[in-house]
Amino acid sequence: MTSLRIASSRAASEAAAVDGAAARPYVDLAGVTKVYRRAGREDTRALDRVDLAIRDGEFLAIVGPSGCGKSTLLRLVAGLHLASTGEVRVDGRIVDRPQTNLGIVFQSPVLLDWRTALSNVLVQVELRGLDPRAYKERALRLLAQVGLADFTDRYPHELSGGMRQRVAIARALIHDAPLLLMDEPFGALDALTREQIRLDLEALWLATRKTVLFITHSIDEAVLLADRVVVMSPRPGRIERILDIHLPRPRGLDARRSPEFTQATEAITEIFLARGVLHGTATPIGKE
Amino acid sequence: MAMSASGARRAGAAVVGWLRTRGGAIAIFALLFLVWEAAVHLTGVKEYLLPPPSKVWTEFWRKHDAIAGAAWVTTQEILAGYALAVVVSIPLALAVAYSRFMEQAVYPVIVFLQIIPKIAIAPLFIIWFGFGFAPKLLLVFLLSFFPIVVSSIAGFKSADKDVMDFARTTGASAWTMFRKIRLPQALPHIFTGLKVGAALAATAAVVAEFVASDRGLGYLLLQYNGQLDTPMVFATIVVLSLIGLVVYYAVEIVERLAIPWHVSQQATAKDATL
Repeated sequence: MTSLRIASSRAASEAAAVDGAAARPYVDLAGVTKVYRRAGREDTRALDRVDLAIRDGEFLAIVGPSGCGKSTLLRLVAGLHLASTGEVRVDGRIVDRPQTNLGIVFQSPVLLDWRTALSNVLVQVELRGLDPRAYKERALRLLAQVGLADFTDRYPHELSGGMRQRVAIARALIHDAPLLLMDEPFGALDALTREQIRLDLEALWLATRKTVLFITHSIDEAVLLADRVVVMSPRPGRIERILDIHLPRPRGLDARRSPEFTQATEAITEIFLARGVLHGTATPIGKE
Repeated sequence: MAMSASGARRAGAAVVGWLRTRGGAIAIFALLFLVWEAAVHLTGVKEYLLPPPSKVWTEFWRKHDAIAGAAWVTTQEILAGYALAVVVSIPLALAVAYSRFMEQAVYPVIVFLQIIPKIAIAPLFIIWFGFGFAPKLLLVFLLSFFPIVVSSIAGFKSADKDVMDFARTTGASAWTMFRKIRLPQALPHIFTGLKVGAALAATAAVVAEFVASDRGLGYLLLQYNGQLDTPMVFATIVVLSLIGLVVYYAVEIVERLAIPWHVSQQATAKDATL
């Protein structure tokens, strides 16, 4: 059944490809394997023959347990690590070095302590050798969009964890790159902050329609945010299934009550149960 | 009028705030001197054993020319040795942090040499460099050098992996990354080393003067000690402490100017724990 769903998803993307160049995947992984070699230890196969195409303007989430190679996959797309075998392409070009035409957000906000929120957003353009003054207006607007209009001159230690992550998101968007990579961006936040920042991220995405690769270990988050959810299994990291999520947007707080949401989260939970990632009772508990 | 009144009120508030944080320490010091003074007079302890603070002060005032001259000699030794330590250790730390060869070849040597009690080397310096300025400068250098180099290496290596990954996605050059990320990130560590080094510098200068010298506060201290001029021994120790204090606070002021973000961060953290 699993293979059937993959096959149908594959067929759908191929059908879309016939429509023309616009349907060419923006990010394309073909037969990608990543093996980490360390002296004196057994090789770790983080990813095993992964094929994945992310469409232009698509919000794609990858959900999986720790150690399934989802962060590795994101780093391969960014060119921060290189694939052992197979090919990673972004916008048609093979990734063989760190990619610069993207924005990236990690689980920790990794802000610079000596810079204000505004200055932390602008460091993105400064490091690119651009004139920060030309981006100040845009940075202020972005900070306002993520709800930090009154905090632009605050230092990171004066901001809460959620606010810091919002600054990191603004920093990833300031240079208007077509691709946004997010590696468990809400992983360190409390549940309420998480819910709000999720709603805000969707609003931002609806306004910009960038291609987003969103890594998470939260099933709910993946289903609530993504157009498609990729389910991965651990060791070696493999794609188990790709689910299309047809919930209408914007997906407010009500989205959790819709039958589609329940169906999708239960389907993913069942995969994790079948793979031994979750175990215990037959009812899908412990989704989040 | 109203403005000057509010200005005065603000200045008054600042004084009150300063007294509230420092007042306790000042009171303890004052009390200590009072008890000391009273105890000496009440018990009739001999002056050459324990002079009262008032006697220390009058003796110091009488002979302050000699002390001032010696203090200037010692200050020069401290400043020159410390400056040399700063100039050598920070570039060396950079090299160790950025070169695999330096890290593997030089860093273990530094760690090993750090274990040697540096003060024990002072007599050797006298044999090699004589009685002049050089052995004092070298001992100050040696004692200040290790804390600065070790914490600077830690600082330059402290860059968070994710921060550097973010920086790599901007295509920034190695120099830009150093200037905008690695150096500022290293500064708090470097200043920690600089302060420890500054505190050790005065100790090193006095020890070097103890071993062999005809000038400086360490020399003067031994002279007064030999003459059982205990009030002047106390006076010399106080002056030495003041020099050490000034050097230490000078570094701390530079720190406040260079990395205000870090200092205020610490202040916030302290507030949070209270």
